[in-house]
Amino acid sequence: MNLAVQCRGVEKTFGSDGVKVHALRGVDLDVRYGEMTVLVGPSGCGKTTLLSVISGLLNCTKGQVTLLGEKVQQLTPRRQILFRRQNLGFVFQQYNLLPALTAAENGAVPLLAAGVSRRKAIAESKRLLSRLGMRDRLDALPKQLSGGEQQRVALTRALIHGPRLLVCDEPTAALDAETGHAVMELLAAEAVRPERAVIVVTHDNRISGFAGTLARMNDGRVVSVESQHILIPQHEVREEVRV
Amino acid sequence: MNFVAWKMLTGDRAKYLGLVFTIAFCTFLLENQTSIFAGIMKRTGSQIRDVTDADIWVMDSKTEYFDQTKRLKDTDLTRVRGVEGVQWAVKLFKGNPIARTLDGKFDLSICLGLDDATLAGAPRKMILGSWERLREPDSIVIDKAGYELLFPGQPLQLDRTLELNDHKGTIVGISDASAPFVSYPVMHTRYSQAVNFVGPERTQLSFILVKPQAGVNLLDLTKRIEETTGLRARTSEQFQWDCVVYYLKNTGIPVNFGITIAIALLVGIVVAGQTFYIFTVENLKQFAALKAIGVTNWRITSMIVLQALAVGAMGFSIGSGLCAAFHAIMLHYMTTRGMVLLWQTVVGTGVAIFVVIVIASLISIRRVLVLEPAAVFRG
Repeated sequence: MNLAVQCRGVEKTFGSDGVKVHALRGVDLDVRYGEMTVLVGPSGCGKTTLLSVISGLLNCTKGQVTLLGEKVQQLTPRRQILFRRQNLGFVFQQYNLLPALTAAENGAVPLLAAGVSRRKAIAESKRLLSRLGMRDRLDALPKQLSGGEQQRVALTRALIHGPRLLVCDEPTAALDAETGHAVMELLAAEAVRPERAVIVVTHDNRISGFAGTLARMNDGRVVSVESQHILIPQHEVREEVRV
Repeated sequence: MNFVAWKMLTGDRAKYLGLVFTIAFCTFLLENQTSIFAGIMKRTGSQIRDVTDADIWVMDSKTEYFDQTKRLKDTDLTRVRGVEGVQWAVKLFKGNPIARTLDGKFDLSICLGLDDATLAGAPRKMILGSWERLREPDSIVIDKAGYELLFPGQPLQLDRTLELNDHKGTIVGISDASAPFVSYPVMHTRYSQAVNFVGPERTQLSFILVKPQAGVNLLDLTKRIEETTGLRARTSEQFQWDCVVYYLKNTGIPVNFGITIAIALLVGIVVAGQTFYIFTVENLKQFAALKAIGVTNWRITSMIVLQALAVGAMGFSIGSGLCAAFHAIMLHYMTTRGMVLLWQTVVGTGVAIFVVIVIASLISIRRVLVLEPAAVFRG
């Protein structure tokens, strides 16, 4: 079975002895390569915490997370960062673009962080942005872009280094319905690849139509998992992890 | 990522310029106050510095600074001349007669009586007239600032008459003597003439100016003169520092300036540090995104340090430039002449600004380092 992410009995507790908040209460979840896994659930059910744990931004209190075949929690902090840089892409709810950089420069940030020359990184970013329909907006600053355009730049930034797992946190929450649908179509078309897994966290039920696997969460647990349809047939994928 | 750090810094022009000009203002304040202080202190040794012919000053053993003179005996001059290593030694008189113009304007003056034969000890910068004319009867050379004080608004003119303690003096030259500590006119005349201006006293000799023989070590010679004569002998530089130390010890100037400089430093640290800290804190979300993407703490630290150094260098350069311009302008005014921007002040301020920037960076970096990248998911 081609699993990009495997969560077993994952628990996450915040706070000290006095006040403890159990954000995750034993989550079991499998995320497969080559499809989009959508996590839905009401606000406060633990979706974003689970996303943070899966992507290695938070350590779980109990349980085990295997990410791209690697037990990320066992890596040193520095190796964790390098692992994230090389294997993960992020799309945030509020885009989190750097306001001083142009669209092309924002898209190039992961390559710049990896030490690629500025000229090469920006050229690659421009190429990808053009493919996402942003050819005329390459030199625009984030504040000059619409929400949908900013999310395309964010998608470019998430994909430019060819990550094996794409993590999207409420990618349509700040967009109107039409733009949100367009962004999801783009995400499905550009991000889902046989060698890549995509996790989308949302409370927007309309997105579930794009899901290969739909996992419903409530009160810190995954309460149901439905395999709806496979967007892209499963292929053999590389098992090695680039660290 | 240096490129990203630079763009983050300069992207918001208002914030960027605010940061730069805060540091520029701080630099200006520090350099200006310390320079003015140093300039005032430097003035205490102006008349010593103006004497370029001799290298050693001999005085009474209890004399602590230039304005504190106890008359020496004429035989002291002979004894100093007899010390091994002395090429020549001449008399210098210092007194403070009242100078009065014919229309009644008067002021206390600093009157320096030069050796009649050699005129050794005169400042060599002359604006009008010549030192040779000092050999004429009743002749005096006055400094430009003193002239303008006694003859305000009038053009520089030779052969004007002054009364010095009711003795007639004729201006035969206008010198560019260094500004004294107190804004009195600085008069130069022959020793014998100066004695007349001040009035008969049993002994009139204030200082002995000494020129060492070639190759003689100045410090060795001063020690030898002291041992032989029982008088105090100081090199020009030592005597200038004696004056500075005296004023530092015995006046409120250092305390008052110290307070001003301390306040400038404190304001600089607080304002520059806080402004840079706020700038970084406002960018926390951006740093969190970078951390999530996989930018290491080390890289982020170097980005913040680069931003801090860039802002610091820019602000320091502008501040120093403004201060230099300020001093260049002030140099042309009679009351502030001689006020210079010392390189030591610039270096000292540079170090202070660097420390401020480093402290602000460290506090900011700490906030960024403890920042959880997961914060980027929190909307």
